[in-house]
Amino acid sequence: MNIPKDLYYTESHEWVRVEDGVAYVGITDYAQDSLGEIVFIELPEENDQLTQFSEFAAIESVKAASDLNAPLSGVVLAINEELEDNPELLNEDPYENWIIKIEIEDDTEINKLLNAEEYANVCE
Amino acid sequence: MKKTILHEDHIRLGAKMVEFAGYDMPIRYTSITEEHLAVRQKAGIFDVSHMGEIYVIGKEATELVDFLFTNNVRSMTAKQVLYGMMCYENGGVVDDLLVYKYNDQHYLLVVNASNVEKDYAWIRSQNRFDAEVINKSEAISEVALQGPLAESMLQKATETNLSELTFFTFDEITVFGYPCLVSRTGYTGEDGFEIYGEHEAIRSIFNRLLEENDALLPCGLGCRDTLRFEVALPLYGNELSPEITPVEAGLNFAISFDKSDFIGLPVLRQQKDQKPTRRIVGLELLGKGILRHGYEVYHEDQNVGVITTGYIAPSTNESVALALIDKPYDKKHQELEVAIRNKRVKVKVRNKKFYDKKYHK
Repeated sequence: MNIPKDLYYTESHEWVRVEDGVAYVGITDYAQDSLGEIVFIELPEENDQLTQFSEFAAIESVKAASDLNAPLSGVVLAINEELEDNPELLNEDPYENWIIKIEIEDDTEINKLLNAEEYANVCE
Repeated sequence: MKKTILHEDHIRLGAKMVEFAGYDMPIRYTSITEEHLAVRQKAGIFDVSHMGEIYVIGKEATELVDFLFTNNVRSMTAKQVLYGMMCYENGGVVDDLLVYKYNDQHYLLVVNASNVEKDYAWIRSQNRFDAEVINKSEAISEVALQGPLAESMLQKATETNLSELTFFTFDEITVFGYPCLVSRTGYTGEDGFEIYGEHEAIRSIFNRLLEENDALLPCGLGCRDTLRFEVALPLYGNELSPEITPVEAGLNFAISFDKSDFIGLPVLRQQKDQKPTRRIVGLELLGKGILRHGYEVYHEDQNVGVITTGYIAPSTNESVALALIDKPYDKKHQELEVAIRNKRVKVKVRNKKFYDKKYHK
């Protein structure tokens, strides 16, 4: 299972990359492998206000629908529109294909996220 | 959790496992779509050892099975298989099942894994006949070999001429030298066979069929559900339940209304004559998304039904569903709405056969 060292993670299998006050959010390799073929994603809209650990999008595999949870609070700066037509990109390269960008509201929330080692234990 | 005899093989083949009816079962080995298309185009093999096998044996075996079963047992010939339901007095479904007739005093009932204990208790509770009811589910394993290449693959493993084993018949034959019961039946809408035998025999057959046939894929419960869904075969717990009658589910072909008696007959007959107040129909999503089991269906503000199963059909890529819809909103082309999460999406009623069955008749 691929778990890059330079990212933060949630227990619900989202990853976060922090760059200059902006958080890129996606799903982990473990998540895409557990879900199987991803066939649909329902994204939030730009400027939506997200709350840490609250549901912000839905992702659907052939078999089932699952919620995605926001790793951090903040406003949605951008969504990856390419995923609407090609949701399978999340299976092909889950770390390259971010889902949304968030403007980080409160840096201290990062302390509540998991590092790669902690997240690896969640996936055991 | 219970394991089938093939459990280690599933792990070795890289299966994702899930709990189903108390068993640790493979949901998929590669992807649901790949396995689904393999069965439609070539062949797939499924571990269905979790299914229940209940024997009814004795002088009045025919009388007992006929009293429990919606379809006409007395018209069956030896080595015939018949699909139907067992119902409660109110017409709700105890289970749907296959009845295998050996002779007038010997039947095999193949029932859903999740209902084995309930069915066994139900059959025994209704047994006022000279017949013995024996639950052999734990002693029997089963695999289903399904797809257009199924016959040629199985033919290499047996001396019996399979072209003579016609749709919904069975025989006791040897497969790779092991004695088995083989029926030309399945749950995919494709030609194929269901093979029952002792645990180690089924394990050898499963592995040898895979070793000797490059075009054969092991298939999980994920595509078993998408395959049966596309050809509108019902699943107990979705399209059938104690709260849904087989008339409402559109299964009149499996009910013998002119039988003198079986449990539930008066209610089913009345529903058929007066037309049921709701029925299972097909829905097509007019927009993006996927309709899932349990989503509510609306006409304006009125709740008029519920989705029983929904998928993007792997064979056609259409986003479609089976749904139980109240009259008069069940007519073809009727537009309705489904609540997906917090949104309403438009759907249209259509024929529920999303894909044509390709049986060997």
